[in-house]
Amino acid sequence: MSEATMSAGTLTVYVPRDATALSLGADRVAQAIAAEAKARNLEIKLVRNGSRGLFWLEPMVEVNTPAGRVAYGPVKTKDVPGLFDAGFLEGKAHALGQGLTEEIDYLKRQERLTFARAGITDPWSLDDYIAHDGYRGLKRALSMAPEAIVAEVTESGLRGRGGAAFPTGIKWRTVAGCEAAQKYIVCNADEGDSGTFSDRMVMEDDPYVLIEGMTIAGLAVGATMGYIYLRSEYPHAEAALTATIASAYAAGYLGDDVLGSGKAFHLELRRGAGAYICGEETALLESLEGKRGTVRPKPPLPAIEGLFGQPTVINNVISLASVPIILDKGGAYYKDFGMGRSLGTLPIQLTGNIARGGLIEKAFGVTLRELLYEYGGGSASGRPIRAVQVGGPLGAYLPESQFDTPLDYEAFAALGAVLGHGGIVVFDDTVDLAEMARYAMEFCAIESCGKCTPCRIGSTRGEELLDQIIVARSEGPQPGRIELLKSLCDTMLGGSLCALGGMTPYPVMSALNHFPEDFGVSPDTTEAR
Amino acid sequence: MATLPQRFDPEQCQAVTREVLAAHRDQPGALLPILHDIQDRLGAVPPEMLPLIAEDLCLSRAEVHGVVSFYHDFRASPPGRQHLKLCQAEACQSMGVKALTAELQSKLGLELGETREDGSLTFEAVYCLGNCACAPNAMLNGELHGRVDAEGLLALLAEQETQA
Repeated sequence: MSEATMSAGTLTVYVPRDATALSLGADRVAQAIAAEAKARNLEIKLVRNGSRGLFWLEPMVEVNTPAGRVAYGPVKTKDVPGLFDAGFLEGKAHALGQGLTEEIDYLKRQERLTFARAGITDPWSLDDYIAHDGYRGLKRALSMAPEAIVAEVTESGLRGRGGAAFPTGIKWRTVAGCEAAQKYIVCNADEGDSGTFSDRMVMEDDPYVLIEGMTIAGLAVGATMGYIYLRSEYPHAEAALTATIASAYAAGYLGDDVLGSGKAFHLELRRGAGAYICGEETALLESLEGKRGTVRPKPPLPAIEGLFGQPTVINNVISLASVPIILDKGGAYYKDFGMGRSLGTLPIQLTGNIARGGLIEKAFGVTLRELLYEYGGGSASGRPIRAVQVGGPLGAYLPESQFDTPLDYEAFAALGAVLGHGGIVVFDDTVDLAEMARYAMEFCAIESCGKCTPCRIGSTRGEELLDQIIVARSEGPQPGRIELLKSLCDTMLGGSLCALGGMTPYPVMSALNHFPEDFGVSPDTTEAR
Repeated sequence: MATLPQRFDPEQCQAVTREVLAAHRDQPGALLPILHDIQDRLGAVPPEMLPLIAEDLCLSRAEVHGVVSFYHDFRASPPGRQHLKLCQAEACQSMGVKALTAELQSKLGLELGETREDGSLTFEAVYCLGNCACAPNAMLNGELHGRVDAEGLLALLAEQETQA
């Protein structure tokens, strides 16, 4: 039995080590619990688990009881003596008590496949990972022909979770079909979108699942070397991956002879350097090669000429972290979740001005309204929710009239919106959508790699134009400027090399179309259409 | 050529740079790891070191300069003794980071991107720290802080200043 799941007879207390929990004081809470236990002569085992993703309850402390784990949160250091007085070590009642963790509605109503272990285990413990069904997918993959592994992933219907939603199995088949002395698996962990943290959670709260997924990808396509390109803003993920990659090597899960199979897979962690554009796959490859992170024209596809000119699978963290369960339970099991052509589950990140923010892994098909009100409990400020931005800084703003849209790639595309990486940023009625449109242009100007003109120049002109619109909007309609903005967006959309310039018009145009009054345009005119 | 800031000892810089270059000699695409290692140890990538790096990697100085200047993380001189980054992205905006930024700028007497003349503090923008369910967010001296406000951040700054 692993350390984190010791018998209920041991007094085990769990305090997460996830960055969100730490940002709200989890280390101090853990220290206070250890000190209080010592002062009371109580022997406890303190486990630093991952987070369950119920972020409004962090730091969320759990204890083992015969009935299961019981949660308390949000716990501050000043609450610790009171928790001991109330008998929290036996799961007794306290004002911060949330009952059995697994019965918390927010968690109970989820379908946790990719995040099955998050918050339950000690993420740095390989033993704990294995005790909770870890590495079962790799073991099955090692008994299969490479083509059969690719077929299983294709069967699952998994599409790239980074945002582009390209079928993962097809990408893998292309690389598998290339002849080359060296192929690569590259994990895109440059999770730069505001409103997203699911990649970070995988890497901090269950890092071995990513290592396992990459190893399986290597076996499937014949790649012996993998790189994780991690953004520099994630120091806790860097620490977790550094430690767990070393443990995986030491235990023979990585190296020249993976689990005695005679097959090699090596893995190296690389740190980005604060450039949003490096989340674009070809810019990421340039950066890994030690160059400026500028976008490469496609073709050639990275699958054919990728890292160092060799065939390369480049997948997002969540895509790769979903592979172990697909190999363990089968593609048919995974595709049983979801709707239409959006199969499996999506880790949704509910963020911004929301009462109960966190991670919600659900089968595709859940509506925004369910997420915002049933899970999220409405805005944090208590004011009406006016708009949500879905899919990061390049995603559209959606008004209340579109909240019944199901989370499905095609349903969002039909609205001129994107699901992207599954991030939802909530805004209450104090939001100024013209300011948000201006910010979208400003962000594009800051982060443009400069390779193509519509993005490099267009974003700056867009920022200037929106400044003028904002200054003059109280003085009446300004059809000339609005026309110019639409034309500029059209140029960026059609003429940019990658999604940064090509999709910055999504937030801008959706803001203008759905909230014309913020731009000084009367809602009942067709001016903005 | 720019002069070395007071904190840089040219000999130490050279020694560190040579050590880092030697450690990465067999690594493909090693430039970013090299720059990170130098900055981790010196607090910056001194511009004077670029020719040394270029020569070792068989690159032109322009190529190395191009990479250093492309990435927001690399800096030519070390940050202040305290380093405060405040997230400016959408989720933090939805929780009022614009007003918080204005308040901090006025109370700290620093605009975003500036360092105090006495080198005590650098105040910078950052775009997403991945803690968007607990906005607004800041990173102070490498530590992430969620649901921040001006009062709390100023207290933290004062607390860490006395520790330093």
